Amino acid sequence: MKGALIYTSREEIEVHRFSVWVTVGVPLAALFLQAFLPVRLHFASIFDLPLLVTIYFGMTRRSPVSGLVTGGLIGLVQDSLTHQPLGVYGIAKTLIGFFASSLGVKLDVDSPLTRVLLPAAFYIVHQAIYFLVARGLVRQALDWPWLYTLGAALANGVLAVVLFAILDRFKQRT
Amino acid sequence: MENFFSRYRNLAILVAVLFAQVLGLAVQVKRPADPSHPDGPSTRLIRLWVAGAFTPVEKLFVRSSLWARETWHDYVDLRDVRRENRELRQQIEELRVQQARLQQDAEQARRLQSLLGFQEQFIQQTVAAQVIGSSGSELSRVLTLDKGSRDGIRNDMAVITPDGVVGKIVRVFPGSSQVLEITDQSSGVGAILEKSRLQGIVKGTPEGDPVLDYIMVDEAVAPGERVLTSGGDRIFPKGLPIGAVTRVGKGHDLFHAIYLKPAADLARLEEVLIITKVEERAPAADQAESPRAADILAQRLPSVPKAADPAADKSGAPADAGKKPPPPAPPAHKPQDGPQ
Repeated sequence: MKGALIYTSREEIEVHRFSVWVTVGVPLAALFLQAFLPVRLHFASIFDLPLLVTIYFGMTRRSPVSGLVTGGLIGLVQDSLTHQPLGVYGIAKTLIGFFASSLGVKLDVDSPLTRVLLPAAFYIVHQAIYFLVARGLVRQALDWPWLYTLGAALANGVLAVVLFAILDRFKQRT
Repeated sequence: MENFFSRYRNLAILVAVLFAQVLGLAVQVKRPADPSHPDGPSTRLIRLWVAGAFTPVEKLFVRSSLWARETWHDYVDLRDVRRENRELRQQIEELRVQQARLQQDAEQARRLQSLLGFQEQFIQQTVAAQVIGSSGSELSRVLTLDKGSRDGIRNDMAVITPDGVVGKIVRVFPGSSQVLEITDQSSGVGAILEKSRLQGIVKGTPEGDPVLDYIMVDEAVAPGERVLTSGGDRIFPKGLPIGAVTRVGKGHDLFHAIYLKPAADLARLEEVLIITKVEERAPAADQAESPRAADILAQRLPSVPKAADPAADKSGAPADAGKKPPPPAPPAHKPQDGPQ
């Protein structure tokens, strides 16, 4: 079963939950590292740790409401570290949290291939939503760096495999 | 109806959350832009909470890593210190000669500016700050500094390094502040090409390169030419280095897109200077007090022959008898005392 992107039936779905410490601590740690690491390691800004955490919690909890709320809150905190109006990342991550948890019901999210492809695809969707909101609602004159986005999507997909394996250790089966 | 809501409960909550955020965005965008108060009370509060939660941890991490590095460099890793010391002494000697030559040129320029009634901007006070965080996003190039309103920092203050311009302060909290880098897409710095004196605006690209815009395509721009601040934006004092031209491409309409290599290494910023006070005044051309290059050389470099003094020659007294030592060159900036 491993190594393939497969559909799962309702009966096969495993729903996981996490302790309060992990639920609060992991997103905060991801946000902190995202803000802190690029200062010392400039290349680290290619990764979007808060996005990967949003996807992970969405896929493993498999609850769309929980996914969108987690994504929305993480996005709002991320917004407040930028000079954009609050809500640009918030909207993008709300939608990603919702999509990830909806897809988590349908796909085998433990497969390594899924864990590379889904975060990579979600990264591109996230950037697309960000640009739509920033250009359409905030009226910012932004250009989309296509090549950079593709490279970053791949990098985030690879990182997701490692990060998700680490976060799996905190899972509590229901 | 109840059945409908229970069936589409997730979707309804998603729409409600998105609607709330879009509404919040609309309120923020509609608010008139006031550079001194870019946020409303509610968004200001959220940003304040986030800054309050993150800044102490970031400061702790930065200071511990600095302490560890300094301890290593100062007490353990001293292998190349002698050689480096020798090289630095040699470099100082060379710079002294260069300084003497430049000082004479500067005096002459000041005299001419004074005659023409030019107003010059002097950086009078700076505050040193450490970079403790970033936005963590390539789409918003913002840095967090460890100095805030408690240290006298305000919005729209220029942030520089000894190498060149970094950006401007866009948000100030009590213990920290945010800097918008010159490479951000929403940034804009009034700029001038050093040789041709053509003026434009430096903006950021999506890839994070600074680009000089609004230079007409019929103007010749050579790679390598330096780009300086023009002072036209009333934020950055005139004459600070922004970068050097790397290539000239096709821009929008009838303008070049002139790509620059930033003068300051924006990828490896650790400490910066915030310009807290700029004074605009006509340069003083006090020639009587200004030392001649030859005098400075004679005082600082014993190997250089002393300048001939006609008066002394007549009286037979030594050339530098009774002469005060030349005053040091005025500092470009006066760093304010404070925790570094």
